[in-house]
Amino acid sequence: MASSLLNSSVTRVSQWLASPLRPRQYLELLNPLWAEQSCGRIEKIQRETDNAVTLVIRPNHRWQGAVSGQYVRLGVDVDGVRHWRCYSVNSAQRPGDETFSVTVGRVNGGRVSTYIQDTLRVGDVIALDKAMGDFVLPTDATAKLLFISAGTGITPMMGMLRSLRDSGIAADVTHLHFAPTEKDCIYFNELNDFARRPGFNLHQSLTREGGQHFDAALLDNVCPDWAERKAYVCGPEGLMNAVRTHWQNNELSSQLCEEVFQPVRAEVPAGAGGTVLFWNAGSSTEGAGDKPLLEVAENAGLLPKHGCRMGICQECVVTLREGQVRDLATGEVFGESGETIRICVCAAAGNVTIDL
Amino acid sequence: MKQENASADFVSALPNIPAAKHLSEEQLQTFGARLTEIGQRYMDSRGPADERYIRRVIAAQRTLAFVARIVIYSGILYAPMFFVGAFLLGLAKIIENMEIGHNVLHGQWDWLKDPKIHSSKWEWDGVCPSKQWQRSHNYIHHKWCNVVGMDRDFGYHVLRVSEKQEWKPVYLFQPISNMLMAILFEWGVAVHDDKMGGLRTGETTIEEARPSFKRLFRKIGWQVGKDYIFFPLLAGPFFFSVLLANVGANLIRNLWAYAVIFCGHFPDGVEEFEPSDVENEDKARWYVRQILGSANISGGPVLHFMSGNLSHQIEHHVFPRMPSNRYAAVAKEVRVLCQEYGIRYNSNNLPYQLFTVWRKVFRFALPPRTPQNPATQTP
Ligand code: FES
Repeated sequence: MASSLLNSSVTRVSQWLASPLRPRQYLELLNPLWAEQSCGRIEKIQRETDNAVTLVIRPNHRWQGAVSGQYVRLGVDVDGVRHWRCYSVNSAQRPGDETFSVTVGRVNGGRVSTYIQDTLRVGDVIALDKAMGDFVLPTDATAKLLFISAGTGITPMMGMLRSLRDSGIAADVTHLHFAPTEKDCIYFNELNDFARRPGFNLHQSLTREGGQHFDAALLDNVCPDWAERKAYVCGPEGLMNAVRTHWQNNELSSQLCEEVFQPVRAEVPAGAGGTVLFWNAGSSTEGAGDKPLLEVAENAGLLPKHGCRMGICQECVVTLREGQVRDLATGEVFGESGETIRICVCAAAGNVTIDL
Repeated sequence: MKQENASADFVSALPNIPAAKHLSEEQLQTFGARLTEIGQRYMDSRGPADERYIRRVIAAQRTLAFVARIVIYSGILYAPMFFVGAFLLGLAKIIENMEIGHNVLHGQWDWLKDPKIHSSKWEWDGVCPSKQWQRSHNYIHHKWCNVVGMDRDFGYHVLRVSEKQEWKPVYLFQPISNMLMAILFEWGVAVHDDKMGGLRTGETTIEEARPSFKRLFRKIGWQVGKDYIFFPLLAGPFFFSVLLANVGANLIRNLWAYAVIFCGHFPDGVEEFEPSDVENEDKARWYVRQILGSANISGGPVLHFMSGNLSHQIEHHVFPRMPSNRYAAVAKEVRVLCQEYGIRYNSNNLPYQLFTVWRKVFRFALPPRTPQNPATQTP
């Protein structure tokens, strides 16, 4: 009791002494992992295929843990600028071990994935967000499972498979995996090891080597009891759509768990605007591609905070939830969710959602 | 207004601004476009080197602040260290307020997208809450720079530094208020808020100003608690020595910040404007006003760094969101461009700029000898 009182008053005083900073902002000078924000150190980088690497990450004290199959947002500084990308946790949870791993596939022209493949080094520290999503094993350990994945969409399944293996549960799993060629198959050897385990049926389809794409016939063929299984799908849009439709048509949507691993961004024609959704106000309106969002909001009856209306004062800054905006001074289209934008000089570029 | 020299084909784009009267509309617009191009070029080239710069400055500043506190305590063993420590802490505070705080709060580093170095999150080491200052500085001062009656930082509602300000008897005391402002600079900044100021003039009600006051008092609590209570208390019987050292550090910062900031807009040769000058102002006109209304301090890299690069006041006003480490380079181009277009580029060394500021403080303390402004004389 007395010691906790002492403890909390020491904390209070040290906060006072460090203000306007926080004590940890001094500590992190010694070790970036002691920062107040959640972050992690790259402990190992392991090449999986020519176009995929696995990062083993040791998170700092702020980490709240992750369940295999969930996704984590990694904040990577590329050329000084922080970019956030989601990756699935593909390691099994081990008690007493906080490290987790993700696999990053190269996206053509993708700034972050290219940076991770080519420049990131062991020892680097990256920012982390907390793990999220319910793409995880069911609580019922006896449930029969069906995994459908393509390309790097296999990563969350891998997390679940490893968890099952490590916890010694001999679950009944059918796994349908698509990849262009054997060379593109991440975890090829490990998957084949799994395939020797009882209860695990693996069907790999190498689509560029004569393998089939997903369709109902293939599914019936490799997994006749698919309708009885809890199904998980992760992969490119085409596969997701095909699977979703099939489950919908059979009125089994509630048994299907989806994970979109790449947000698809609709191409925005040059200069086009879009629908602007004001998240806090819960209303939406059309925003022209050349009209500052501040004016769009004002015309919609909102009274956003602002100052100069010319982009120099930061008074009008709001958080972008979704979509992209156009900087009216430079014409540049930009925006990642969570980023802050100055609404007096940015217009909608396609549909956007902002925190207003 | 009718052009007096209508017979000539030259039509001035800025007839009411004597220092820019010689520009035609076309010249003005090319000038503006070229300035925009220069700024954009620098903004496009921001990259990892800039990121490293700010991260290093921040780390170095925090280390310096930490070391300074230790040095102050070492004064317990060897008294002169109180002075050394106070000096170092003063430096640390100057760097935090100017090269880091001021510039981060302008959003110069927002492009890093790191919440730790972001204009919306930063809180600086001074009694004025960041948010309050951002509004009065980034918006009101920067947008309406040197427009008498609109830029609240013009004379800070305390000093008369231009004949465009109407004389009042209270200005007779301004040599003294000027000195107090230098000594109490951070406190002056803290109470200089449009909401709180509006209270005096009756534009805002107590209710409207209450949140601002609350925020201010909270911040004052943290700052005073830190420098004048907790750090001194840690020294036990040497409470007063540490207190004095901390007062000294804050004083050093206040005097320096005062000097740099007053040299930004009040030296001889800076232009002041009337609200009518900014009606329908476009970007090019805005640029010209910012340049004519600002003054640089010439000097070496140490001076630039310690002034938070506000020694490049002109560039800062033209490109307020450009990372400060780029001002020195961009200044060369801006200066050449100004020369080419015959726009006055006010730059001089610190003692000279400061001298002319003080000369104004004394001169404008007295009532004007000639009628103030012929325009206001006619009904
Ligand atoms: S209102 Fe000033 S930056 Fe938008």
